[in-house]
Amino acid sequence: MKPSLTEAPWARYALTAAALAIVLLFLALPLFVVFSEALAKGVAVYGRALSDPDTLSAIRLTLTVAAIAVPFNLVFGVAAAWCVAKFDFPGKSILVSLIDLPFSVSPVVSGLVYVLLFGAQGWFGPWLAAHHLQVIFAVPGIVLATVFVTFPFVARELIPLMEEQGTDEEEAAVVLGAGPWQVFFRVTLPNIKWGLLYGVLLCNARAMGEFGAVSVVSGHIRGLTVTTPLQVEILYNEYNFTAAFAVASLLALLGLVTLVAKSVVEWRFGGELAANRRH
Amino acid sequence: MAATKSSVVPGFGPTLGFTLFALGLIVLMPLAALFLRASGMGWQQFVQAAFSPRVMSAYALSFGGALAAAAFNAVAGLLLAWVLVRYRFPGRRLMDAMVDLPFALPTAVAGIALTTLYAPKGMLGGLLAGLGVKVAFTPLGVMVAMVFIGLPFVVRTVEPVLQDIDADWEEAALSLGANRLQVFLRIILPSILPALVTGFALAFARALGEYGSVIFIAGNIPGVSEIAPLLIVTKLEQYDYAGATAIAAVMLVVSFILLLIINTVQKWQRRLYQ
Repeated sequence: MKPSLTEAPWARYALTAAALAIVLLFLALPLFVVFSEALAKGVAVYGRALSDPDTLSAIRLTLTVAAIAVPFNLVFGVAAAWCVAKFDFPGKSILVSLIDLPFSVSPVVSGLVYVLLFGAQGWFGPWLAAHHLQVIFAVPGIVLATVFVTFPFVARELIPLMEEQGTDEEEAAVVLGAGPWQVFFRVTLPNIKWGLLYGVLLCNARAMGEFGAVSVVSGHIRGLTVTTPLQVEILYNEYNFTAAFAVASLLALLGLVTLVAKSVVEWRFGGELAANRRH
Repeated sequence: MAATKSSVVPGFGPTLGFTLFALGLIVLMPLAALFLRASGMGWQQFVQAAFSPRVMSAYALSFGGALAAAAFNAVAGLLLAWVLVRYRFPGRRLMDAMVDLPFALPTAVAGIALTTLYAPKGMLGGLLAGLGVKVAFTPLGVMVAMVFIGLPFVVRTVEPVLQDIDADWEEAALSLGANRLQVFLRIILPSILPALVTGFALAFARALGEYGSVIFIAGNIPGVSEIAPLLIVTKLEQYDYAGATAIAAVMLVVSFILLLIINTVQKWQRRLYQ
């Protein structure tokens, strides 16, 4: 960059220092607090907090919910991106907006809509009760709410990427005699794999960390419907701060791993991602 | 776009079918159920539930707080984007990665961390208490959480546009005798304005509906530091489904309007660059 095209050195230093202060104060410090509070009473207390049976069952539930919600949204995201990016049809832009809709809905409202459908007072409530099925205050409701809040992640990463790649390679494969699954697994998937991984990473982080929507449908039944973020809330509200932060540190670690993996994918395979061009 | 309807590419029917099925079942039907439920309440009951004094003060805090936080984020986010795009310094990549932390850190974790930090005996809360400023358990605390959750939106929308600005324009302006501030105000700011507005609106929308990171630091005093999403939860816990539905319907309508505004601004931005 030519010197005439940038600010005076003092201005550059001042702006960089201000940016650094914002990042430290608003982002780095909260992250630091999570780990320092978690380890404040030593490693032994930290270990005991994490091996508590309620905490372990919360972790198990979180893993179970993510293991259902993330693959579902992966399949949905690929299917949605396929029909939107490879074909033209009327109403396409409306469809894309509707797929993005869950991002603009408050998490609490995302949970509430399922209570209104499947809760005891809900539309399907009496029918579910008659068949001894429970959705709300049970695992199915938690899965549904999680699928709702993470619905757009994979699709919105893949749609711009696949639109840009066009259909030439797929058409060539079909002409050469490839079947539909061969076209997808041999031609399309290798082209979108990093974008797909990127979308799945973000989807998974949100699925494991979702709080508001899950809190509304969970009912907070210990050992049964308490996910890891809800366990953090319960411990915190019981003034068991060290244990709350110990469990929170696991979730923070998940966030950090997601950030690192995401950054690695961005730096190494940035050209094969839509995110860098679209944001 | 290369794709056409006559394409030989397979799978249009099944993928569109599955997409519409999942979208309808997971997203559209539940949202429609909420509006049907709200419309079945009757006007008087709806107004009473959605606009009672306690709810109105929750809206005031949610909207006011989100507005203030988004305004702060517009300035802070522009600064971060500027520094990340235009300057080279050690730790730039780390700073770039850190910006996405609020997207990756679960909201409940952010909530308890911010509360501990800004509580009267906390690291920052203690300092601020010395200056006579209370943050945790006040509306100011609500705004701090909203700033945290909204910061990445402005940075990530402004960054790519700032990157794409043609240096020729700046050079031309400089050679015509403009100073640095004039170049920023007359050349750079107009080019990034749509992106800045989009980032502001996204940060505002997110802060408005945010729950997990706000409820811990808010203290949740009715009429003072109680946000609208929390009131929905409170009503639900009291089995007041009508009350919760009415507030949720109002929040949803506002989200839809915001979405419409964001889409319009983005169309404006695309026109600007064609």
